[in-house]
Amino acid sequence: MGSNFAECHPVGFRFVMLAREKGAEVIHVDPRFTRTSACATKYAQIRAGTDIAFLGAIIRHILESEQWRTDPFFQDYVRHYTNAATLIEEDFRDVADLGGLFSGWRQDYYCPDTWQYAGMQRVLNLADRQEEICRLKTTQSWGMHAGRTVGGPPRRDESMQHPRCVLQILRRHFAPYTADEAARICGVPAERIVDIADTLLRNSGRDRTSSVAYAVGWTQHTTGPQMIACSAILQLLLGNIGRPGGGIQPLRGHATIQGSTDIPTLYDLLPGYLHMPTHLPIDVGLDTYVWNEGGATGVWAHTRSYMVSLLKSYYGEHATAENEFGYQWLPRIHRDFSHMPMFVDMHAGRMEGFILMGQNPAVGGPNARFHREALGRLKWLVVRDLFLTESATFWERAPEVQAGEVRPEDIETEVFVLPAASVLEKDGSFTNTHRLIQWHHSAVEPPGEARSDAWFVVHLGRRLKARAAGSAAERDAGLRALTWDYPVHGPLEEPDMDYVLREINGYRWPDDPARREPLETALHLADDGSTACGCWIYCGVHPGTNRAASREPDDYVSPGWGFAWPNNIRLLYNRCSADPSGQPWSPHKKYVWWDERERRWVGADVPDFPPDKPPDAPGDPSLGGLEGFAGDWPFVMKPDGRAWLFFPNGMKDGPMPTHYEPWETPVENPLYAAHGRNPETRIWEVAGNAYHGIGDPRFPFVLTTYRLTEHHTGGGMTRWNSWLAELQPEAFVELSPELAGALKIANGGWVTVVTARGRAPARALVTRRLRPLRVMGREIHQVGMPWHFGYEGLVRGSAANELVALVGEPNVTIHEGKVLTCNLVAGRDGAAERPGAP
Amino acid sequence: MGRSLLRRASATLDRWPVLRQLAGEDPDRAAAASDRTRELRPRTDETRTVASVCPYCAVGCGTAVHVREGRVVDVEGDPRSPINQGTLCPKGADIFQYAVNPNRLTTTLYRAPRGTRWERVSLAWAMERIADRLQDTRDRTWTAADREGRPLRHTTAVGMLGGAALDNEENYLIKKLCVGLGVIGVENQARI
Amino acid sequence: MTAPGHAGVAHGVRAWDRHDAGAAEQAQQTSGTAITPGRAYGFFTDTTLCIGCKACEVACKQWNQLPSDGFALSGHSYDNTRALGATTWRHVSFIEQFDGERFETGAGATEQWADPAHRWLLLSDVCKHCVEAPCLEACPTGAILRTEFDTVYVQQDVCNGCGYCVPACPFGVVEVDRQRDGKAHKCTLCYDRLKGGLEPACAKACPTDSIQFGPVDELRERAKLRVMELRGRGVPAYLYGTPGVLENEADTSRLRGLNCSFLLIDRPEVYNLPPEPRRPSDNTAPGLLASGLAAAGLVAAALLAFWSER
Repeated sequence: MGSNFAECHPVGFRFVMLAREKGAEVIHVDPRFTRTSACATKYAQIRAGTDIAFLGAIIRHILESEQWRTDPFFQDYVRHYTNAATLIEEDFRDVADLGGLFSGWRQDYYCPDTWQYAGMQRVLNLADRQEEICRLKTTQSWGMHAGRTVGGPPRRDESMQHPRCVLQILRRHFAPYTADEAARICGVPAERIVDIADTLLRNSGRDRTSSVAYAVGWTQHTTGPQMIACSAILQLLLGNIGRPGGGIQPLRGHATIQGSTDIPTLYDLLPGYLHMPTHLPIDVGLDTYVWNEGGATGVWAHTRSYMVSLLKSYYGEHATAENEFGYQWLPRIHRDFSHMPMFVDMHAGRMEGFILMGQNPAVGGPNARFHREALGRLKWLVVRDLFLTESATFWERAPEVQAGEVRPEDIETEVFVLPAASVLEKDGSFTNTHRLIQWHHSAVEPPGEARSDAWFVVHLGRRLKARAAGSAAERDAGLRALTWDYPVHGPLEEPDMDYVLREINGYRWPDDPARREPLETALHLADDGSTACGCWIYCGVHPGTNRAASREPDDYVSPGWGFAWPNNIRLLYNRCSADPSGQPWSPHKKYVWWDERERRWVGADVPDFPPDKPPDAPGDPSLGGLEGFAGDWPFVMKPDGRAWLFFPNGMKDGPMPTHYEPWETPVENPLYAAHGRNPETRIWEVAGNAYHGIGDPRFPFVLTTYRLTEHHTGGGMTRWNSWLAELQPEAFVELSPELAGALKIANGGWVTVVTARGRAPARALVTRRLRPLRVMGREIHQVGMPWHFGYEGLVRGSAANELVALVGEPNVTIHEGKVLTCNLVAGRDGAAERPGAP
Repeated sequence: MGRSLLRRASATLDRWPVLRQLAGEDPDRAAAASDRTRELRPRTDETRTVASVCPYCAVGCGTAVHVREGRVVDVEGDPRSPINQGTLCPKGADIFQYAVNPNRLTTTLYRAPRGTRWERVSLAWAMERIADRLQDTRDRTWTAADREGRPLRHTTAVGMLGGAALDNEENYLIKKLCVGLGVIGVENQARI
Repeated sequence: MTAPGHAGVAHGVRAWDRHDAGAAEQAQQTSGTAITPGRAYGFFTDTTLCIGCKACEVACKQWNQLPSDGFALSGHSYDNTRALGATTWRHVSFIEQFDGERFETGAGATEQWADPAHRWLLLSDVCKHCVEAPCLEACPTGAILRTEFDTVYVQQDVCNGCGYCVPACPFGVVEVDRQRDGKAHKCTLCYDRLKGGLEPACAKACPTDSIQFGPVDELRERAKLRVMELRGRGVPAYLYGTPGVLENEADTSRLRGLNCSFLLIDRPEVYNLPPEPRRPSDNTAPGLLASGLAAAGLVAAALLAFWSER
């Protein structure tokens, strides 16, 4: 679900096909019948954005099934490894009681006091009121949950029968999600939902596991993270987490989109998922930051070591215990400054300069024209790419310029275009969707003036540091202290990337840059300044040799191929692959287990657990870290060691997934009339970004956007390649023959898709792969449009992002690109003449 | 002279496939091979092979880049990789054209404010000018604290976008420099 | 079992020397077969494993450095290259078969991908490298030869672009490129790669092993097993290109079979394959005659050149 696996990750799908041919069921649930559906053993066509209703019905069916309630495997797994038995605060109220809101709603945000484990509280160590932090609305999950949980240990009912235990709350929460109700909402026949639920149940258990794969078909929704959370609940109930063949696979879309989150180019994070400090008193100093950021138990208990080591790698000798290791030089965030709010700022003229490195928002950003207008209000713009992308030429080639609505002479922006080196022309590492870090070696020199992005950043940094060298200004203190002595080589003076990877890996301090003593594991990180580490979760990637460049495969787990963070663990939470007593659940699913003779965890993978903690070790949270973990608490990232079926904190829009309609929807929400859409949705009421109302008669059809196998993202890496361009040469819209007939649209003819944001003329692809759906007694038509096209390159066409709105999900502010409403008009609208057309 | 020419002509005729087929060398049709056919070899012969990774999606397929005299001649799946086992998708199979492509940018371009055309500029000039712009904007818009005196130590007037298509090491350097400069507006494709 | 987490500590492998591993062994690694001159090789394309990704099309164009066919949306499903030709030697067909009104069935007896009411058939087409190849028989210049791997190869330095091979091919595979060089082109089964011990580019790239490369006899055995297995699952699979063996209504015996065979689950015409491929005329050998005439002409021309040079 939420993924078009075969089309967007064809080589990963290799293993799905192998599994299918070994007898596995392959279930595809998607608004369109795609190449993935064409290979599946079961398919359901779902109304876009209703995934939680669908999953909720499956969860309900499983919870109520005789098999689930009586199979000791499911009961043991859930009792020991999840918080199903934990009791929740008495004051907690579910959405059914409050018309679509959970308890804790404060006008436009939640305060999670009532979502806590019974008898426990979230507290802050300083004067901040929880309310103020909730109101901050950054994309940091502790933006509302800063502090620590005190009290406890959590109260439990091992029989899981107590009305306030998580399992019973969950059962009541999903009670309205009957197969019939889900069928009405999703447009999927009830019997198909039941069949899929039974199939999952049949293929999960002691001897079998099922896996869920998703992609941006889940993330690009105003309920995206809750869809993923819902699949986590499903997989935990079925005992499919931490076991071979199980899990939830986020199929990520760029070569190192995982790496760019781990070692973030994101406003709210520092490397290793440490949060950027805010301007609030909780982050006023290193001590308060660490107290609020880290917990007392679990892996995060060592946050001080991670942070101090990062500061040592940033500021080197300038980071000392006396100056909080340079913590006060860190910039502070004070509001949501992620992609969309940043472009809203830019559009309002509040930004001056912008640097694009391999991203193409002029066609790739939601509401593309808004993005282009924003770029046109900058003073200066740097574009680094392999080809002359739309973001470089927006001032002369954008549709609105070609239509004469905007003149280049009126666009102030100074534009610098710098050619970039390709992957074949530089050393470096990518982190794939499986957390696997792999090194690529430079094969040839980049052509002409093309340089790596590292070259650009290092040489720009050298210039800026040189200018700041003599400055006494307070603002330059951190810049002056920043270590930036990166060695370069060759006539092009390209930086030595192995050196950078060694800095990321970490080394002991004091340091001799010529002979750095590398760290081998994050367990060696210290909080006293005796270690430096650029990203604690990557520690171990370069313990003297570059393990990312290691290429020694075998026929199973291949620990010698690349390096998986953390600690080369290939399957996270793999303690779950053994039963509570430490023995494999079944010989067929043996993976990591307790060896009583060796008194340690052994198996095919690195154990994701303290290696010598016996399965019967008692829990004692007062010991802190992982010391106090019981031997059957597999979830080392969680303070209570158990996976969460109910989220006391971490999610801003509720402790359990709830079906909310998409922001733009043709129908009302039958479950929660008063609050039919996610109450925490991020919206921007700004010019050029008008929204459609619920059931807006002007925009009766559901539109979803997607990728094709033959192109990549906004097309910046494929539309200039003739062998790919010929395979998908034009923008098109997929629609059913029923809709095409009603609107008199011919296959291959022109159709213009219209929203309040823009118009997108494209060719019509009329196909029975899209069927009208029966939703709440009405016929709903869905149409689809790939978003690869633009006004540059060998092949061109309307960008689907002309249609999409700036509207964000509350936890991570990702836009809702996978579902919106639209209208279709036959023909190629004259005013929106497709640029570059023959 | 004449003899040698005759010899040359007859040698040519000897190798002519049709004559050899007519001369009864059929059905061993390989005998009809021309010199070029006989000498055919894969162009990856005598190349240096470099281990790389596909730059498109996040599956992380291993690739083998074949290089001769400083030029890429072929890119294929790395058969050793446990991920792709030598296979590739169409985008991966097109990496050669992604890098070896006449449409690639190889020079630095500049468009002046309100300009209507591109100018070719030197890379060094552009770098110096970008550093000027960045320093100027950042210094002018630096905000030490908010109205209540809480520390901000940043500028929101500069931003950077991209990273999911770069390398981990590059992302590390970008974030580090931005922390040094107080630029908080750093984002990448993971957000959209 | 290796100790996980430690076995991987290894050399920063900068490059590997292909001659160390032995180029000739690569096919063994990627297709499970060594390549030996004198043995017949081909493809077995199992359409039930095709995901329609077109990696084969691009891998072919890349290896053979073929130009694109142009940039036009066909409106025919996801097929925009439309047919095999001089510059497209692998071509993926997309056949949408949706007779059912809605995707409404519950627990179906059939696996979705094979459900005749709702399915998207995918097939990667290629030159069949016929056992008795009409193109080769029609070629008057000897440009088309049968290689030591029993494949059919057009020698570009010999082809004079007469085009006799084009109508001879019952599959419409070979085409003369009038725009570029005026010569006949088609799949070479990567003859250059075979000589170097490399699996053909399309089969190597195919992520789901829909395209399998190997010795024809081994492929046939594999294909038979596969058909029986699918029939056991209720899928009406059959072979195309293996005369007399599980071919159902298809009959390729006039060409004595195809070195590149297919597994299909619907009638051949659905995939744009002739049910009974045959030569334009099965009772003459015009190619040989034409060759003789051409040979005579060329001898005359050579002599003329000789005399005038003198």
